[in-house]
Amino acid sequence: MLLTWQEPGGSEEYALGFGPNDGPKILMLPAWFDESNKLRHFTIEVMRALADHGLASVLPDLPGCNESREPLEAQSMASWTVAAREAAETLDCSHVLAIRAGANIAPDLPGWAYAPLAGKTALRGLLRARVISSKEAGREEKREDLIELGMAEGLELAGHRLGSKMISQLVYAELPVETQLAEIKQTELGGAGLWLRMEPDHDEAQSAALAARIARDLRQ
Amino acid sequence: MADHLPALRDDDTETDLILREVLKDVLGLDAERVAAFDAETGLFGHLPELDSMAVAGLLTEVEDRLDILIEDDEVDGEMLETYGGLLAFVIAKKSEA
Repeated sequence: MLLTWQEPGGSEEYALGFGPNDGPKILMLPAWFDESNKLRHFTIEVMRALADHGLASVLPDLPGCNESREPLEAQSMASWTVAAREAAETLDCSHVLAIRAGANIAPDLPGWAYAPLAGKTALRGLLRARVISSKEAGREEKREDLIELGMAEGLELAGHRLGSKMISQLVYAELPVETQLAEIKQTELGGAGLWLRMEPDHDEAQSAALAARIARDLRQ
Repeated sequence: MADHLPALRDDDTETDLILREVLKDVLGLDAERVAAFDAETGLFGHLPELDSMAVAGLLTEVEDRLDILIEDDEVDGEMLETYGGLLAFVIAKKSEA
Protein backbone atom coordinates (compact mmCIF):
# COMPACT_ATOMS: atom_id res chain seq x y z
CA MET A 1 0.00 0.00 0.00
CA LEU A 2 1.32 3.42 -0.94
CA LEU A 3 0.98 6.04 1.82
CA THR A 4 2.07 9.65 2.06
CA TRP A 5 3.37 11.69 4.96
CA GLN A 6 4.61 15.21 5.34
CA GLU A 7 8.22 15.65 6.29
CA PRO A 8 9.07 18.61 8.56
CA GLY A 9 10.47 20.63 5.64
CA GLY A 10 6.93 20.64 4.24
CA SER A 11 7.41 18.27 1.34
CA GLU A 12 5.07 15.32 0.87
CA GLU A 13 6.89 12.01 0.94
CA TYR A 14 5.80 8.50 0.06
CA ALA A 15 5.89 5.48 2.30
CA LEU A 16 5.19 1.83 1.56
CA GLY A 17 2.93 0.03 3.98
CA PHE A 18 2.43 -3.71 4.51
CA GLY A 19 0.36 -5.78 6.93
CA PRO A 20 -2.77 -5.35 9.05
CA ASN A 21 -4.36 -2.10 10.24
CA ASP A 22 -4.08 -2.95 13.92
CA GLY A 23 -1.47 -4.18 16.37
CA PRO A 24 2.15 -3.04 16.50
CA LYS A 25 3.40 -1.05 13.52
CA ILE A 26 7.09 -1.04 12.70
CA LEU A 27 8.84 1.96 11.16
CA MET A 28 11.48 0.71 8.74
CA LEU A 29 14.51 2.98 8.50
CA PRO A 30 16.33 2.05 5.31
CA ALA A 31 20.07 1.70 4.69
CA TRP A 32 21.84 4.76 3.24
CA PHE A 33 23.61 5.83 0.08
CA ASP A 34 25.24 2.97 -1.84
CA GLU A 35 23.72 0.42 0.54
CA SER A 36 20.15 1.62 0.10
CA ASN A 37 19.92 0.18 -3.38
CA LYS A 38 21.58 -3.08 -2.42
CA LEU A 39 19.26 -3.63 0.54
CA ARG A 40 15.99 -2.36 -0.98
CA HIS A 41 14.73 -5.77 -2.09
CA PHE A 42 15.76 -7.31 1.23
CA THR A 43 13.97 -4.53 3.14
CA ILE A 44 10.71 -5.02 1.22
CA GLU A 45 10.91 -8.80 1.65
CA VAL A 46 11.36 -8.36 5.41
CA MET A 47 8.16 -6.28 5.38
CA ARG A 48 6.28 -8.95 3.42
CA ALA A 49 7.53 -11.61 5.83
CA LEU A 50 6.48 -9.44 8.81
CA ALA A 51 2.99 -9.19 7.25
CA ASP A 52 2.91 -12.99 7.04
CA HIS A 53 3.51 -12.97 10.80
CA GLY A 54 0.54 -10.58 11.12
CA LEU A 55 2.72 -7.51 11.72
CA ALA A 56 2.35 -4.10 10.09
CA SER A 57 5.31 -2.08 8.85
CA VAL A 58 5.89 1.15 6.92
CA LEU A 59 8.92 2.25 4.92
CA PRO A 60 9.13 6.02 4.40
CA ASP A 61 11.27 7.67 1.75
CA LEU A 62 13.82 9.78 3.59
CA PRO A 63 13.81 13.37 2.30
CA GLY A 64 16.18 13.54 -0.66
CA CYS A 65 15.88 9.81 -1.45
CA ASN A 66 13.82 7.75 -3.91
CA GLU A 67 10.71 9.69 -4.96
CA SER A 68 11.37 12.65 -2.68
CA ARG A 69 11.26 16.12 -4.23
CA GLU A 70 13.77 17.45 -1.71
CA PRO A 71 17.40 17.69 -2.84
CA LEU A 72 19.67 15.18 -1.11
CA GLU A 73 22.29 17.90 -0.83
CA ALA A 74 20.05 19.83 1.57
CA GLN A 75 19.77 16.88 3.94
CA SER A 76 21.83 16.06 7.01
CA MET A 77 21.76 13.48 9.79
CA ALA A 78 19.91 16.07 11.86
CA SER A 79 17.22 16.65 9.21
CA TRP A 80 16.80 12.89 8.74
CA THR A 81 16.51 12.40 12.51
CA VAL A 82 13.67 14.93 12.62
CA ALA A 83 12.07 13.37 9.53
CA ALA A 84 12.25 9.87 11.03
CA ARG A 85 10.58 11.10 14.21
CA GLU A 86 7.90 12.85 12.19
CA ALA A 87 7.30 9.74 10.06
CA ALA A 88 6.98 7.60 13.21
CA GLU A 89 4.35 9.96 14.60
CA THR A 90 2.38 10.62 11.42
CA LEU A 91 2.36 6.99 10.36
CA ASP A 92 1.49 5.88 13.89
CA CYS A 93 4.43 3.56 14.52
CA SER A 94 4.97 1.71 17.79
CA HIS A 95 8.37 0.18 16.96
CA VAL A 96 11.32 0.77 14.70
CA LEU A 97 13.55 -1.51 12.65
CA ALA A 98 16.66 0.41 11.66
CA ILE A 99 18.72 -1.13 8.91
CA ARG A 100 22.49 -0.45 8.85
CA ALA A 101 23.14 3.30 9.04
CA GLY A 102 19.42 3.86 9.67
CA ALA A 103 20.31 3.25 13.33
CA ASN A 104 21.90 6.72 13.46
CA ILE A 105 18.56 8.50 13.12
CA ALA A 106 16.14 6.21 14.96
CA PRO A 107 13.34 7.89 16.91
CA ASP A 108 12.96 7.07 20.60
CA LEU A 109 10.87 3.92 20.20
CA PRO A 110 11.49 0.31 21.12
CA GLY A 111 12.78 -1.89 18.33
CA TRP A 112 15.80 -3.33 16.59
CA ALA A 113 18.97 -2.25 14.82
CA TYR A 114 19.98 -4.70 12.11
CA ALA A 115 23.78 -4.77 11.53
CA PRO A 116 24.05 -1.12 12.63
CA LEU A 117 26.65 1.04 10.91
CA ALA A 118 27.94 4.27 12.47
CA GLY A 119 27.71 7.35 10.27
CA LYS A 120 31.48 7.79 10.41
CA THR A 121 32.01 4.23 9.16
CA ALA A 122 29.56 4.77 6.31
CA LEU A 123 31.48 7.90 5.32
CA ARG A 124 34.79 6.08 5.56
CA GLY A 125 33.59 3.52 3.00
CA LEU A 126 32.32 6.22 0.63
CA LEU A 127 35.59 8.17 0.86
CA ARG A 128 37.64 5.06 0.28
CA ALA A 129 35.65 4.29 -2.87
CA ARG A 130 36.21 7.83 -4.10
CA VAL A 131 39.96 7.66 -3.43
CA ILE A 132 40.18 4.32 -5.27
CA SER A 133 38.23 5.50 -8.31
CA SER A 134 40.22 8.74 -8.50
CA LYS A 135 43.44 6.77 -8.38
CA GLU A 136 42.10 4.54 -11.15
CA ALA A 137 41.48 7.70 -13.20
CA GLY A 138 45.01 8.90 -12.52
CA ARG A 139 44.07 11.53 -9.92
CA GLU A 140 45.58 11.45 -6.47
CA GLU A 141 43.11 12.47 -3.75
CA LYS A 142 43.63 12.29 -0.01
CA ARG A 143 40.91 11.39 2.42
CA GLU A 144 41.78 14.28 4.78
CA ASP A 145 41.56 16.81 1.93
CA LEU A 146 38.25 15.37 0.78
CA ILE A 147 36.82 15.63 4.31
CA GLU A 148 37.94 19.24 4.55
CA LEU A 149 36.46 20.08 1.15
CA GLY A 150 33.27 18.15 1.97
CA MET A 151 32.77 19.95 5.28
CA ALA A 152 33.08 23.28 3.47
CA GLU A 153 31.30 22.67 0.17
CA GLY A 154 29.78 19.19 0.16
CA LEU A 155 31.05 16.25 -1.85
CA GLU A 156 30.01 13.84 -4.58
CA LEU A 157 30.39 10.33 -3.15
CA ALA A 158 29.41 7.15 -4.98
CA GLY A 159 27.04 9.15 -7.16
CA HIS A 160 25.41 10.92 -4.21
CA ARG A 161 25.76 14.66 -3.82
CA LEU A 162 26.11 15.13 -0.06
CA GLY A 163 25.94 18.62 1.41
CA SER A 164 28.44 20.16 3.80
CA LYS A 165 26.11 19.65 6.77
CA MET A 166 25.75 15.95 6.05
CA ILE A 167 29.51 15.46 5.70
CA SER A 168 30.25 17.50 8.84
CA GLN A 169 27.83 15.38 10.87
CA LEU A 170 28.89 12.04 9.39
CA VAL A 171 32.57 12.62 10.16
CA TYR A 172 32.03 12.29 13.91
CA ALA A 173 28.89 10.16 13.99
CA GLU A 174 29.15 7.23 16.38
CA LEU A 175 26.19 4.93 16.90
CA PRO A 176 23.88 6.25 19.62
CA VAL A 177 24.79 4.83 23.03
CA GLU A 178 21.42 5.44 24.63
CA THR A 179 19.05 3.45 22.50
CA GLN A 180 15.96 1.31 22.88
CA LEU A 181 17.03 -0.74 19.90
CA ALA A 182 18.23 -4.30 20.35
CA GLU A 183 21.09 -5.11 18.00
CA ILE A 184 20.60 -7.96 15.55
CA LYS A 185 23.93 -9.09 14.16
CA GLN A 186 24.38 -10.37 10.63
CA THR A 187 25.55 -13.74 11.98
CA GLU A 188 22.07 -14.28 13.43
CA LEU A 189 20.59 -14.27 9.92
CA GLY A 190 23.12 -16.70 8.45
CA GLY A 191 25.09 -15.90 5.32
CA ALA A 192 26.83 -12.67 4.43
CA GLY A 193 25.29 -9.21 4.52
CA LEU A 194 23.70 -8.34 1.18
CA TRP A 195 25.24 -4.85 1.29
CA LEU A 196 28.56 -6.51 0.48
CA ARG A 197 27.41 -7.71 -2.91
CA MET A 198 28.71 -5.92 -5.95
CA GLU A 199 25.21 -5.90 -7.37
CA PRO A 200 21.86 -5.97 -5.61
CA ASP A 201 20.92 -9.52 -4.74
CA HIS A 202 18.43 -11.21 -2.48
CA ASP A 203 18.44 -14.06 0.03
CA GLU A 204 14.98 -15.25 1.04
CA ALA A 205 16.37 -17.09 4.08
CA GLN A 206 17.83 -13.87 5.54
CA SER A 207 14.68 -11.77 5.26
CA ALA A 208 12.64 -14.64 6.71
CA ALA A 209 15.08 -15.00 9.62
CA LEU A 210 14.97 -11.29 10.45
CA ALA A 211 11.16 -11.16 10.37
CA ALA A 212 10.93 -14.35 12.48
CA ARG A 213 13.25 -12.87 15.11
CA ILE A 214 11.13 -9.71 15.34
CA ALA A 215 7.88 -11.66 15.49
CA ARG A 216 9.36 -13.79 18.29
CA ASP A 217 10.44 -10.73 20.28
CA LEU A 218 7.00 -9.15 19.93
CA ARG A 219 5.21 -12.29 21.12
CA GLN A 220 7.20 -12.37 24.36
CA MET B 1 55.17 -21.61 -10.69
CA ALA B 2 53.35 -18.41 -11.38
CA ASP B 3 49.86 -19.84 -11.34
CA HIS B 4 50.14 -21.41 -7.92
CA LEU B 5 50.25 -19.76 -4.54
CA PRO B 6 53.49 -20.15 -2.61
CA ALA B 7 53.45 -22.54 0.34
CA LEU B 8 51.65 -20.86 3.22
CA ARG B 9 52.22 -20.99 6.96
CA ASP B 10 49.25 -22.08 9.12
CA ASP B 11 48.28 -18.52 10.03
CA ASP B 12 48.51 -17.56 6.40
CA THR B 13 46.31 -20.46 5.40
CA GLU B 14 43.65 -19.11 7.70
CA THR B 15 44.08 -15.63 6.22
CA ASP B 16 43.76 -17.19 2.77
CA LEU B 17 40.51 -18.90 3.77
CA ILE B 18 39.06 -15.74 5.27
CA LEU B 19 40.01 -13.70 2.21
CA ARG B 20 38.33 -16.23 -0.07
CA GLU B 21 35.26 -16.12 2.15
CA VAL B 22 35.07 -12.32 1.83
CA LEU B 23 35.46 -12.54 -1.95
CA LYS B 24 32.74 -15.17 -2.09
CA ASP B 25 30.41 -12.82 -0.22
CA VAL B 26 31.27 -9.77 -2.31
CA LEU B 27 31.30 -11.48 -5.70
CA GLY B 28 28.27 -13.61 -4.89
CA LEU B 29 30.07 -16.73 -6.16
CA ASP B 30 29.77 -20.27 -4.88
CA ALA B 31 32.49 -21.67 -2.64
CA GLU B 32 33.80 -23.97 -5.36
CA ARG B 33 34.61 -21.17 -7.78
CA VAL B 34 36.31 -19.09 -5.11
CA ALA B 35 38.31 -22.12 -3.95
CA ALA B 36 39.64 -22.38 -7.50
CA PHE B 37 41.12 -18.83 -7.41
CA ASP B 38 44.88 -18.90 -7.86
CA ALA B 39 47.56 -16.23 -7.59
CA GLU B 40 46.88 -15.03 -11.14
CA THR B 41 43.10 -14.81 -10.90
CA GLY B 42 42.22 -11.27 -11.98
CA LEU B 43 40.19 -9.04 -9.64
CA PHE B 44 39.91 -5.24 -9.96
CA GLY B 45 39.99 -4.31 -13.62
CA HIS B 46 39.12 -7.87 -14.66
CA LEU B 47 35.65 -8.16 -13.19
CA PRO B 48 33.52 -5.31 -14.57
CA GLU B 49 31.09 -5.38 -11.64
CA LEU B 50 33.90 -5.00 -9.12
CA ASP B 51 33.80 -1.21 -9.09
CA SER B 52 35.42 1.15 -6.61
CA MET B 53 32.48 0.98 -4.20
CA ALA B 54 32.59 -2.82 -4.17
CA VAL B 55 36.35 -2.73 -3.61
CA ALA B 56 35.90 -0.28 -0.75
CA GLY B 57 33.31 -2.60 0.82
CA LEU B 58 35.61 -5.55 0.28
CA LEU B 59 38.54 -3.85 2.01
CA THR B 60 36.38 -2.76 4.94
CA GLU B 61 35.13 -6.31 5.35
CA VAL B 62 38.70 -7.65 5.17
CA GLU B 63 39.68 -5.16 7.90
CA ASP B 64 36.81 -6.31 10.10
CA ARG B 65 37.34 -10.02 9.70
CA LEU B 66 41.14 -9.96 9.95
CA ASP B 67 41.39 -7.16 12.47
CA ILE B 68 43.78 -5.06 10.40
CA LEU B 69 43.70 -1.44 9.22
CA ILE B 70 44.35 -0.65 5.58
CA GLU B 71 45.38 2.92 4.76
CA ASP B 72 44.16 4.57 1.56
CA ASP B 73 47.67 5.12 0.26
CA GLU B 74 48.44 1.41 0.56
CA VAL B 75 45.65 0.61 -1.87
CA ASP B 76 46.99 0.44 -5.39
CA GLY B 77 46.34 -1.30 -8.68
CA GLU B 78 48.97 -3.94 -8.13
CA MET B 79 47.58 -5.12 -4.83
CA LEU B 80 44.05 -5.30 -6.19
CA GLU B 81 44.75 -6.69 -9.61
CA THR B 82 45.10 -10.36 -8.78
CA TYR B 83 44.13 -12.68 -5.99
CA GLY B 84 47.82 -13.39 -5.31
CA GLY B 85 48.56 -9.66 -4.99
CA LEU B 86 45.74 -9.09 -2.56
CA LEU B 87 46.62 -12.14 -0.48
CA ALA B 88 50.29 -11.16 -0.25
CA PHE B 89 49.30 -7.67 0.87
CA VAL B 90 46.87 -8.94 3.50
CA ILE B 91 49.36 -11.49 4.86
CA ALA B 92 52.03 -8.79 5.17
CA LYS B 93 49.50 -6.53 6.93
CA LYS B 94 48.45 -9.31 9.27
CA SER B 95 52.04 -10.00 10.31
CA GLU B 96 52.49 -6.29 11.17
CA ALA B 97 49.42 -6.32 13.43
